Amino acid sequence: MTFAELMIEVGRWATVGIAVVMILIGLFFLFVAAVGVLRLPDVFTRSHAVSLTDSLGALFLLGGLAIYQGFTTNSVKILVVLMLLYLLNPVIAHATVRSAFRCGLRPGSSDDDDVLV
Amino acid sequence: MKIFFLVIMIAITLLMAVYLYRVVRGPTVFDRVLGLNGMSTKAIILMVVIGTYYGRVDMFVDISTGYALLNLVGSLAIAKYLEKKREAL
Repeated sequence: MTFAELMIEVGRWATVGIAVVMILIGLFFLFVAAVGVLRLPDVFTRSHAVSLTDSLGALFLLGGLAIYQGFTTNSVKILVVLMLLYLLNPVIAHATVRSAFRCGLRPGSSDDDDVLV
Repeated sequence: MKIFFLVIMIAITLLMAVYLYRVVRGPTVFDRVLGLNGMSTKAIILMVVIGTYYGRVDMFVDISTGYALLNLVGSLAIAKYLEKKREAL
């Protein structure tokens, strides 16, 4: 095995390692978002868990998958999906929370019984 | 490496069950809409992971793009409808 082949092999393993680490970080953030959805008291705080933390987890997970694909068309398509998610997720969260506010819900009043306030 | 992606898929599916709990139990209808939004985000990520697992990312990414746009239209329609109605508790 020549030196160039060795460097190509090392680069391939480094790519896979970075992808695995980024996917695990993204899964951690998705877990934190799920805990927030389960434990937070009302709809305004839950919208933070759904929109902010979830978007960060999607960034790390889809970025890790794009790195795993290498420099091909597939990774560009995965990044397009990621960009679409970042455009659409805040719009949906904002529309839902504005609708809740105009229907008379107010932040600070817990509507759930079994959660910590 | 396929086992790793299988574990990731199972973990994302279990996280979707948490959001399903919020959709079923949620005190107001807005909690249900937020839970559906989170579930569809998980479904988009899950489709890309499934495509990586089977080696067919090009096909699954197109499906997940369509699912993201459908999620936007559905959630905005529900939010706008409840905002017009104003008695949705």
